[in-house]
Amino acid sequence: MTTDAAEGGVEAAGVAPAADVGFLQRYGASIEYILIPAAALIGALAVFGLFVAMYGKNPLDLYFYMYYGAFGTWFSWQNTLTRAAPLILTALCTALPAQLGMVIIGGEGALLIGALSATAAALAMQGAAPIVVQIAMVIAGVIGGGLWITLSGALRQYRGVNETISSLLLVYIGLAILNHLVEGAMRDPASLNKPSTREIGAANMIGTIPGTDVHWGLVFGLVAAIASYILIYHTTFGFAARVAGGNIRAAKIVGLGVGKLILTICFLAGACAGLAGMIEVAAVQGRTNANLAAGYGFTGILVAFLARQNPLAIIPVAILLGGISASGGLLQRRLGLPDASVLVLQGIIFVFVLASDALYGRIGFLKGKS
Amino acid sequence: MADPSIGLWTVPLAVFGGAIRVSTPFLFVSLGECITERSGRINLGLEGTLVMGAMSAYGISYLSGSPWLGVLAAGITGALLGALHAGICSLPRVNDVAVGIALMLFGTGLAFFLGKPLIEPTAPRLPAIDFGWWSDIPQVRAALRINVLFLIGVAIAPLLFWAFKTTRWGLLIRTAGESSDAARAMGHSVLLIRLRATMVGGFLAGIGGSFLSLFYPGSWNEGLSSGQGITAVALVIFARWDPLLCLWASLAFGGAAALGPALQSVGVTSGYHLFNAAPYILTLAIMIITCSPKRTLTGAPAELSITR
Repeated sequence: MTTDAAEGGVEAAGVAPAADVGFLQRYGASIEYILIPAAALIGALAVFGLFVAMYGKNPLDLYFYMYYGAFGTWFSWQNTLTRAAPLILTALCTALPAQLGMVIIGGEGALLIGALSATAAALAMQGAAPIVVQIAMVIAGVIGGGLWITLSGALRQYRGVNETISSLLLVYIGLAILNHLVEGAMRDPASLNKPSTREIGAANMIGTIPGTDVHWGLVFGLVAAIASYILIYHTTFGFAARVAGGNIRAAKIVGLGVGKLILTICFLAGACAGLAGMIEVAAVQGRTNANLAAGYGFTGILVAFLARQNPLAIIPVAILLGGISASGGLLQRRLGLPDASVLVLQGIIFVFVLASDALYGRIGFLKGKS
Repeated sequence: MADPSIGLWTVPLAVFGGAIRVSTPFLFVSLGECITERSGRINLGLEGTLVMGAMSAYGISYLSGSPWLGVLAAGITGALLGALHAGICSLPRVNDVAVGIALMLFGTGLAFFLGKPLIEPTAPRLPAIDFGWWSDIPQVRAALRINVLFLIGVAIAPLLFWAFKTTRWGLLIRTAGESSDAARAMGHSVLLIRLRATMVGGFLAGIGGSFLSLFYPGSWNEGLSSGQGITAVALVIFARWDPLLCLWASLAFGGAAALGPALQSVGVTSGYHLFNAAPYILTLAIMIITCSPKRTLTGAPAELSITR
């Protein structure tokens, strides 16, 4: 990802000398960043349409219901935005380390640990004022998730363990810890069929944005994405991170503390995913159980890649992917497609987006005449 | 408590039997990944391949009535997914790790989608060979009911070791993995070598998946594989890309994974989930011990992106 950005920069610098730079020459690279992912998305939708056609369903019905279920009504918009909230946060869990050239795919694990810590904090503080409990939940979720991904970062920094694999292994370990506690020490004896912790209490839920059914988690996500954008592109810290991501040797030569960068970024990344877990508990589930492992962490990876690891671009992409998952229920009811069809579409989109990386800088008409 | 005549011996026996039973998918995936990684590319998508293999094996076995056709179908499915991985990776500027993650999600999604109607029916299973005929103790007999696929996997490991070392194909794969320039200078297409290596790797991983659905646990459901594919990929790294070490590591892993169910069978139920996470914890622990930030791992193919 970073090499693409670097090449784009070099190219822009190379074609900029004359005063009469054309529109395409000036904005060609930016247009590419929108046009190519959009083309990949359309290609993926077309292939998914073919796939569904082979399954004996009309692709046009499919597209209509997808649109209708995602963005067709105010109700579906609210459903979409509710799902986009955790996706923004889990996508940041992949996108922030990506600035350092690290591929972290363990957002799901940080989400689960964040949810567990937030629930534990809320249960320990029963009786305190709701706002105090909520702040404690945020802090616990952020620290729990943050430390979980910091573990991957530290293993990479101090032991040379590949962070992609370690973060994914930590997902399964996190899930095991969650199941262990939910069925053991933290179990609510009243939860028979679905082992769960006790409820955090209705008063401690974070509620919805006035006038909507969308919970405040969306605002958390938006703030986190914008803050990450500012951190990465408009602070010295972010600049240092991008330098280290581009060329780690150069970063060491100019004296950047790479270890500190890795640990800080990983903590922030995990904190975002942990916050997503806290929100799922405090705004949706009200307790911790295995339902939390709903795959937001994995879809977040796709969101991050589709947004080309740009924190601001993550917002619209998360809404789009939230919409796709929101339409899943309608596809199931109206077209009789299995619930996994959303996963198939996500996989196809992912494949197309990665393949489309090959197109950057190769679209003739965007280069203009030179 | 279990059979009083052997008492707590049940646990090591079940771990031993489990090591053989549970290790088979680890073994196939790690051997397949070993071939792919030796050619200089990493395929993290084998988790998806494993699940797709399990689904297609179960489906074909159910439809045709022959589990062996199912195994073949699983292998072919795996090879096709491998070809997809290699095809996308051969495009310029495409990152093999990211493609692997994409195929992991795609493979599991597709398997859940196509496998929906297969949760109900029962497909013919793979037969097992009874090596425990000499014993009267049911636990011993259960532990020694060994599947043919396991024996095939055990045979492939030394074969692969030998092939890497002495055959022309082994040399080509290793050359592509150590220096793509050298392979190109010899007049070979690196992309083609890696395509073939990834397809063979996918074929083996698919067969590993067929074992899951057709022998142990022996049914198709969406929770069939949880991270076995990715664990096996990690296993290759600390097996130092050596097929024989892959075999031993797989057995160790199978034993670790069998610990939870074995303890449960003698009445130890607390910490069941934690024991189930044993293979992942073990993987992480071994990676922490064996990796080092100072040097690249000995035996690592130089072209491999993940170890640099």
